Amino acid sequence: MIEINDLHKKFGKNEVLKGINLSINEGGIFSILGPNGSGKTTLIKCMLGMVIPDSGNITIRDEVIKNNYKYRNKIDYLPQIARFPGNLKVKEIIAMIKDLRASKTEKEIELIELFKLEPFLNKRLDNLSGGTKQKVNLVLTFMFDSPLIILDEPTSGLDPISHLRLKNLIFSEKEKGKTILVTSHILSFVEDIADKIVFLLEGEIYFNGTISQLKTKTEQPDLEHAIASILSASYA
Amino acid sequence: MLKILKYSFYDLMRSRWSYVYFLFYLLLGVVLLFLNNDLSKAVITLMNVIIILVPLIGTIFGIMYHYDSREFTELLLAQPIKRSSIFLGQYFGVATSLSMSLIIGLGLPFVFYGLFNSNAIWDFSLLLITGAFLTFIFTALAFMIGLLNENKIKGFGYAILLWLFMAVIYDGIFLMSILYFSDYPLDNFSLIAILTNPIDLSRVLILLKLDISALLGYTGAVFQRFFGTNFGLILSFKMLVLWVLIPTVLIWRISKKKDF
Repeated sequence: MIEINDLHKKFGKNEVLKGINLSINEGGIFSILGPNGSGKTTLIKCMLGMVIPDSGNITIRDEVIKNNYKYRNKIDYLPQIARFPGNLKVKEIIAMIKDLRASKTEKEIELIELFKLEPFLNKRLDNLSGGTKQKVNLVLTFMFDSPLIILDEPTSGLDPISHLRLKNLIFSEKEKGKTILVTSHILSFVEDIADKIVFLLEGEIYFNGTISQLKTKTEQPDLEHAIASILSASYA
Repeated sequence: MLKILKYSFYDLMRSRWSYVYFLFYLLLGVVLLFLNNDLSKAVITLMNVIIILVPLIGTIFGIMYHYDSREFTELLLAQPIKRSSIFLGQYFGVATSLSMSLIIGLGLPFVFYGLFNSNAIWDFSLLLITGAFLTFIFTALAFMIGLLNENKIKGFGYAILLWLFMAVIYDGIFLMSILYFSDYPLDNFSLIAILTNPIDLSRVLILLKLDISALLGYTGAVFQRFFGTNFGLILSFKMLVLWVLIPTVLIWRISKKKDF
């Protein structure tokens, strides 16, 4: 599904990715974890072609992504911070993204229903709260039935009920055999949903495997302590 | 690219600033015609305003739109759209809507005043065409500067500086060098110096079309001999086209390499 070979990226003097090698198979939920500034978002943005790597290559569904844009038709991406052109209405932005992807999907109707967004459809995006913007963001992401879904901090700003709905939504997408990449700092959320974990530390992959493997490796009873032990070991 | 152009264009058409810009030109046209009571004279006054103001507005709008639409751009970048289409689409959207404000805003009062029955129609059309060219040129330059500078304040500063250089400082340097080297033949030098600044080029083009080049003295004669010919006119337009093309190609190239 995704093959990443020896990926390097520097921003000025700051070396963010120092040779990432990663291969992700089709189907399942993969969580990318790591402390702030470990390169999670940069890695995701490299996959999307938003950040251009200094060296190394990425193949997604057998397509080399360099100088390519069509492969993004098969990706749904949820950006970390929901930022939209403020003077558009919710309804308009949904129609616009559909038009830009030349898609005739009708799935947004059930998603709007799911996240209870009907009262906001005619409101301008500037006037929405952070959590509501995130829900719009989720609708825009999940309305296309793409085989690869990339979620960057999907839970930020969501209330507990929406959080639960999102979790169920992710599970139902997984049931359809999709590959889902998630980054999150909420470890209970990760523990609930992730099949496998990729742990980034200072631009390198520190760990790649299942949660139980991580617990065994660090000899800790739960994910939270396992992560804490990695971090305290690396900062010590 | 056309879809992005469409959305950028709509976005601007809904923004207050396009109307302010449109109304400004409408008012300017009406006032000038009312004060001058003569089409040709109004065209001359208008030229002086357009030559300075159109590049400034193009620069400011271009850079503002670029920074303001960051969110929109980031949203688009994750979609299956070519990068170059995103930026070129936005650029053409801004430049087209600005040119439309200019052409319609100025055109309406002149048309109602009886432009079509007057022999000033060609002068006036040339004025609008060069105005549109200047809009496209300076919007492109502003977009380019925006792409090169993450920092808004810096980008704004550089863009304004570029406008100041082209509109004011360039002429100063030009005049100084002509005074300093007055012992040498300067015909070719001044021709080239004028061809390489779109603002000067537009000014000279319009002045010569208005047949007031006698005011320019000897230089006027040299210019008339060059720009007055078909060759000169075609070359001038080619230069203006080049001034649009070069920054556009640069926008395309820079956007391909940029990280978001």
